[in-house]
Parts: sequence; structure tokens; C-alpha cells
Amino acid sequence: MNALKLILRNALRHRLRTGLTVAGLLVAVLAYGLLQTVVDAWYAGAAASSNARLVTRNSISLVFSLPVSYENRIRGVDGVSAVARSNWFGGIYQEPKNFFPQFAVSDNYLTLYPEFILPDAQRAAFLRDRKGALIGRQLADRFGFKVGDALPLRGTIYPGTWEFIVRGIFDAADETKVTNLMMFRWDYLNETLRKSAPVRANQVGVYVLSVDNPDHAAAVSLAVDAVFKNSLAETLTETEQAFQLSFVAMSNQIIAAIRIVSYVVILIIMAVMANTMAMSARERTAEYATLKALGFGPGFLATLIFGESLAICTLGGGFGLALTSPAAAAFKSLAGGIFPIFAVSAETLAAQAACALAVGILAAIVPAVRAARVRVVDGLRAVG
Amino acid sequence: MNERQTGSETLVSLWRISKSYHRGDQVIQVLSDISFDIARGEFLALMGPSGSGKSTLLNLIAGIDRPDAGKLLVADTDIVQLGEAALADWRAGHVGFIFQFYNLMPVLTAYENVELPLALTTLARRERREHAEAALELVGLADRMTHYPSELSGGQQQRVAIARAFITDPVLIVADEPTGDLDRHSASEVLELLRRLATDVGKTIIMVTHDRKAAESAHAIMHLEKGELSAREHLQAQT
Repeated sequence: MNALKLILRNALRHRLRTGLTVAGLLVAVLAYGLLQTVVDAWYAGAAASSNARLVTRNSISLVFSLPVSYENRIRGVDGVSAVARSNWFGGIYQEPKNFFPQFAVSDNYLTLYPEFILPDAQRAAFLRDRKGALIGRQLADRFGFKVGDALPLRGTIYPGTWEFIVRGIFDAADETKVTNLMMFRWDYLNETLRKSAPVRANQVGVYVLSVDNPDHAAAVSLAVDAVFKNSLAETLTETEQAFQLSFVAMSNQIIAAIRIVSYVVILIIMAVMANTMAMSARERTAEYATLKALGFGPGFLATLIFGESLAICTLGGGFGLALTSPAAAAFKSLAGGIFPIFAVSAETLAAQAACALAVGILAAIVPAVRAARVRVVDGLRAVG
Repeated sequence: MNERQTGSETLVSLWRISKSYHRGDQVIQVLSDISFDIARGEFLALMGPSGSGKSTLLNLIAGIDRPDAGKLLVADTDIVQLGEAALADWRAGHVGFIFQFYNLMPVLTAYENVELPLALTTLARRERREHAEAALELVGLADRMTHYPSELSGGQQQRVAIARAFITDPVLIVADEPTGDLDRHSASEVLELLRRLATDVGKTIIMVTHDRKAAESAHAIMHLEKGELSAREHLQAQT
């Protein structure tokens, strides 16, 4: 008779109770994993962005643009190797729920983003066509777009109906990059504005800069902003990652709430598990006393209780871990394009396993200490 | 009344043993200044009314409770002086337990219950199996090895408990009301087994019982009254 056999049989003694506890653990570990993945998805854009690129915007707010004339002056700053233009477009495809990001970009934009892979022929076709658009693979898959398709958008920031033709579909070099987006030519936007709203023409939302040496990013940022100091449109230059994080920061309270909920879920299951173990140990007081009378020490009793708790948590946590990735994939497809990157990270899986382990250990501490301390004569009087 | 054995080899020796319990501010004296000896191979029944202290006395001799005062020698070991861990080791090697409600592990089969105390020994698996099978055969349950306690009658469970009690070949077997939960037929089977263990195998057995008929299976009956020894009857050896 070894302890493992006794542990497993004890764990299966009340099958309904154990089954419900395992189910609770499964749900808790799964929920924790999904919530953590939601948080990760929120940061995915920032995590995937580069420190070798800088973003220059109006220092007052993103709402305010910068003159196109800044481009050459920025290019002249030491350490800047390339400059591209980008304007947030904010158009609606068919209906608002079909949201995806659209950017009007300068012709050289993709040269700053080597992580986006586009066939040369499609790149050439895009550059030939003023109404040409490039769309990412995730977006193409989402709506079934193909090269040559017409893509009409209803403008919100830039009113009117805008017609585009899909000239290329780009892929990401790795799956951490978001390709749920569309790019079209900044020239097309600017020329249209010159005719319909001249006062809004020749304005750039942000400049994207590449730097010779990422280690000099901070110095280059300061140098760029110094050029436009005391001008009508002062600039704020920061790394692309910092720029992305400033968006995430707007949702900080939501993210904090999600994090708290994920921890609360674990705390609740810990209480449930502790209750299960306390009930089991209390029912077995006479058995523990008998084992003690036979000569088994407190360590053996603690092994039985910790072992049972860990066995239940391993089972529930294991099922939860196994189901997390399929559940995340289902969640991603149900959520549409809200989370273009929604992959369960290795860190999340490790955290789930650690949570299950912690629940198993913490839930067993009090029952194990009680069982170890029970006097044999008192325990033998206990009614199971 | 104090009783000392003379002549045969003494296995258990109690000298001025006292035990009290505290209930709130109240001190309840359970055993007062008890001294007596039990010879090796003796089958002794402890009788007395409820609250007379017989189970407490049994617990002290078995090393699962401690006296307030006195000296308690079992096989020349003063168990009062042993620490908790040493006492547990001592119990594992020297004492077999039989309880009124059998106290078998419900998740283990009859065979596994009997084998359980051998987990604390250095015996190999094959040896443990041989010992457990022999013990179950001795108590007439060789055909019930794979049965769980819930699948056995009360008498059969108590016989499993007896097999578990002597599997480690202890010098002393303590039995607290071993027939208290059994019908007459099962009780006589259990008593017969205990008597055989004493007479055939030479085990020293101390049995607490309310039942005069059960007590008459022993070699001697010791009576307790309000925590003191009141009489010791020596019965004719039975075969």
C-alpha cells in the first residue's frame, strides 16, 4: 500500500463532490487564462511595435495634425534615416460594426515596415493606382477581400464616399503582428481634400521615422522636437512602442478591472477548494487518528491531504489548460476583428498552472495542520 | 487497590498512574494512583461501569494518551518518557489496535487494510503480501481479500481489524470493546480469535468490555471503579 494509491482513492471517494470541484477549477483556470489573454491582446500592438521607429505628432493632441512641410525638416535631423506620412482615416465599411483601422500613407510607408510582406507586383500595382489600397491578411480573411475587389468606405473624419481598389494583400513576418488593417495612398486623400476642403489639405496625422541606431532614439526624438519648438505646431516625438502604449493607457481602468476579475476568480476557487478539503479532512478525522494510532506520523497525513488537494487541482487545472487555446480561438472568431491577435501566451499557460498549483497547496494547509495536530484519543471519538 | 504480578515475565508494568481531564475550570480525575502488572502472554479483560476509566487506562497502555503522573513500562520501555515521534514509532512496532467500530480504511480492500501497518516496516512487497495473506487466512477471510469494508459484515470487518492488529507481530494487542458492535455469533468468533492469539501465539491482549460473557474469554478480569482498581479475578484457562 503506497500513499499514492490512498491519495487517489480518497480523491475519488465522493465522486460528485470531486467532480464539481474539478469542474469549478476547470472554469476558474480557463477564465483566468482567457482574461489574461484579453489583457495580452490589448497590449499586443504595443508589444509588437518597434523601438527603431519613432512617431512624431502634434504635441497638443493627436486630434491636431502637422503641416506636410515638416517632412523635409524632420528628414534633415541627424540620425533620421527615413520619414513616412500617416493619417488616421476612420471610415466605415458597410456598417460601423465592421470596424477596422484605415490609414492614408505615403508611398514609402511600407519600406519602414519590413515586417509586412507584400509581393513586388502588388506593390507596383499599388503605386500605379491613386485609389489603390493594401489590406492585411487578417482583414482579407475576415471579409473575403481579393486583389481587384472594390472597397468603398464612408468617411467620418473625411466626409463622403471613398472608393478604393484592393491592389495588394500583405502578410506579417510573424504572428505577433496585426494585419487587420488597410492602407491607401496619402496622395489620394490629400488631392481630394484640396478640392473639397482645402483648409484640411497638406496636413499629416503623424510622421513615422526610422532611425539609424535604435540606441539613439531618445536623442533623435529630442532633436526633432527641438526643431519645431515655439512653432505653431510643436511636436511630440516618441518611440512607436510608447506611442502605442499611450493608446493602451486610455483603457487602463478597463484592463485593471479585467486583471482584478481574473484574480478574484482564482480566489473564489481557492475558497471552494479549501472548503472541499476541509470537509473531506473533517469527515476523515477518525481515519487520521487510526493511522496515527497505527504509527503513521503527521507527515504521512499531510502527504495524504496535500496529495489529494494537488491531485484534484492537477485534474481541474489540466483540463482548464487544455481547453484554454481552443476556447481562445473560439472567442477570437466570436469577437470578430476586435482582437486581431488573441493567442494564449506561454506565460499565461504557466501562470494558469501556477495558479492551480497554488490553489492545491493553499487549500490543503489548514486541513493538513489540523490533521497533524489532532490527538489520537480525540480523533478516535470523532464521528465521520 | 494495587495489583502486582509475581512469577511469570512481566510485559506491562504500571506504577502510580494518574490521569485527569479538564472541563472548563473543573478537573475530572479519571484514574487515581493505579499500579499493576500484566504478564507476557496474558489475556486480560478490563471491566467497569461507564466512566470508570477503563478506556483511558487502555489508551495510556497503548501509548495514545499520556498519564499525568506515574511510570508505565511496556517491554522495559518507559513510554511516558518518549516524545511524540518516538511514541508513534514505538506503537508501530509494539502495539496492535482493535477498535469497537473496526476503524478500517473504507477506500482500501480487506487485504490492503491488513497490509497497511507493514508500510511502516522495511519488508519487501512480496513479503508484505505473504504476511497479509497469511493473516487473512488465519482469521478465515482468505476469500474476502478484495472486498471493501462496506462489502463485509460487522464480524468480518472486525476479523480484518484483528488481522491488521497482529500483522506486525506486536508484543501487545489492545482491544476496546471489540464485540460491542457485533451480534452474539460474530462476537463469539472474534473472542475465539483473540483467545487463540493469546493461547496459541502467545500475544498479550488487553480488552476493555462491558460484557461479562466476553470478559470470561480472558485469563483474568480486572475491575475498575471510579478510576481505581477494585478487584482482579483469575479465571480458569479455557481451551
